[in-house]
Amino acid sequence: MKKRLLVYSVFIIVLYLIIMLLIKIGIIDDYIKLNLFLIMLNIILAVSLNLINGITGQFSLGHAGFMAIGAYTTAVLTTLEKPVPFYLTVLIGGLFAMICGLIIGLPVLRLRGDYLAIATLGFGEIIRVIIQNIDYLGGASGISDIPQGIDWTGYFVITVLSVVVILNIINSSFGRAMIAIREDEIAAEAMGINTTLYKVLAFMIGAFFAGVAGSIYSGSFGFIQPDMFNFFKSIDILVIVVLGGLGSISGSIISAIVLTIISALLQDYPAVRMVLYSIILIIIMLFRPQGLMGTKEIKLSKLIPIGGEKNA
Amino acid sequence: MSTFMQQLINGITLGSIYALISLGYTMVYGIIKLINFAHGDIFMVGAYIAYLSVTYLKLGLIPSLIISMMFCSILGMLIEKFAYKPLRNSPRISALITAIGVSLLLENLMQIVMGADSRVFPRLVDEKNYHLFQSKIVINNKQIYLLIITIILMIILNFVVKRTKVGKAMRAVSQDMDAARLMGINVDTTISYTFAIGSALAAAAGVLVGLYYNTINPLMGVLPGLKAFIAAVFGGIGIIPGAMLGGFSLGIIETLVSGYGSSMYKDAVAFALLILILIIKPSGLLGKNIKEKV
Repeated sequence: MKKRLLVYSVFIIVLYLIIMLLIKIGIIDDYIKLNLFLIMLNIILAVSLNLINGITGQFSLGHAGFMAIGAYTTAVLTTLEKPVPFYLTVLIGGLFAMICGLIIGLPVLRLRGDYLAIATLGFGEIIRVIIQNIDYLGGASGISDIPQGIDWTGYFVITVLSVVVILNIINSSFGRAMIAIREDEIAAEAMGINTTLYKVLAFMIGAFFAGVAGSIYSGSFGFIQPDMFNFFKSIDILVIVVLGGLGSISGSIISAIVLTIISALLQDYPAVRMVLYSIILIIIMLFRPQGLMGTKEIKLSKLIPIGGEKNA
Repeated sequence: MSTFMQQLINGITLGSIYALISLGYTMVYGIIKLINFAHGDIFMVGAYIAYLSVTYLKLGLIPSLIISMMFCSILGMLIEKFAYKPLRNSPRISALITAIGVSLLLENLMQIVMGADSRVFPRLVDEKNYHLFQSKIVINNKQIYLLIITIILMIILNFVVKRTKVGKAMRAVSQDMDAARLMGINVDTTISYTFAIGSALAAAAGVLVGLYYNTINPLMGVLPGLKAFIAAVFGGIGIIPGAMLGGFSLGIIETLVSGYGSSMYKDAVAFALLILILIIKPSGLLGKNIKEKV
């Protein structure tokens, strides 16, 4: 166990140092750095959506709504006359999204499958429409000149923390209960699992991290508007999760990286990018519905023999 | 009072569009239990086909309506064959994700082919306003066209579903697919027909929207598609009269909200309505409660 932890820590620190070094030398310019930020954001969003859709098996299409809550919280709190410290707003944004997740989750999670998908889609849109109609939040034109409060280190730390927290949840008894609900909700209930509790919990945790992602988005790009968090944003995140495999955290991370790079390359042709996304969705569903990774995880400790754990 | 009547008339006009689209949703859902996300985009394709046939072939309203309906029937059948049929036995979520994919594909292909900007739909009929009750209420002749075409299509649909062999097969398959197959009904063909009929109705709605609002764009199907789905759920998904009831109610509620409240909130109200109905009476207004099988 300790060896595994060591391997992971070393890998993460080395990764951080390499990229930091590349930024310092100037090999990673501002453009690449921007895309690195987007990759990190997509990792947080995809992993948190995977907790709801993949691990717990509750199909949610409203992730962009929670992201919007976080983004607007940070935007408002950091542009006050006495600005709240940025990292505090990230926490507040996440918590705020989490509370909304609770309020939405309690009634909606009684629904199943495609009905749940539509209801969460509806809630995501309601959040967006409400934000759009509040003059204080800038209406449809949004908020600009949000002070930049986060750099590469902040991004990296928040992403690693998010992934580690969600992985730990999945590997705890909470996670087992969530997986049981995914496999067979009625059987899980019969085994004495409080399905409502775990479904709402997964929903809240997912919402929290979506809120965090939204917060750091507005704290690094400086400009937000309601249309950034529409239905298509939720679909974007869904494509990442589905491609990586519903239920595979490492799959989500890999596909977040791959798809963000593809989007960056195609950013001048948004329609082509979306055609590609839609074809990926259809082909994956037709030929490999479990996604690239299925529910399997790539374990770093297995790739590196020294840190290998025999009975993992 | 006159404002109310005016809003009611506008609501019925809007509602007939929702009703036409939601019929397709309901029929497909009734048979293969799939929310056909691409349905709203077939509606958009329908509008574009009519636009092309009016602009380039110089056809009138009715011929371009028929061309567009035929084209979209074929499109609907093709989509079913290539995207949904292979997934008939997969989890319903896979089919739902595929439907989302098809929807995105249609939207963005249309953006590539026709450009992302809105286009002006040609004026096919001269606009006339009829003033009623000391000109307190205005009815547009387009609204009358819209309502008449909708009612004709609904009567035809009713006839097809109730009186023809195809309709009988459709009802049988939606009752019990396996039993229908045992009774010698060709299930695949029946599903294909269902998609064809539903898509034709959506196409008709698309042409009527183009006629009524004079403008079309590649993303015009997204919101009406979702709204029509809400209408279908509201009336009881899988039930044809429910779709009509839901469509008209949603249209009227929406215009009343924009008439008396803020038009900005009308989308939010539609979604709120959906969530309320799903929580209070998930089977919809005309639906019966079905116990879940374990």
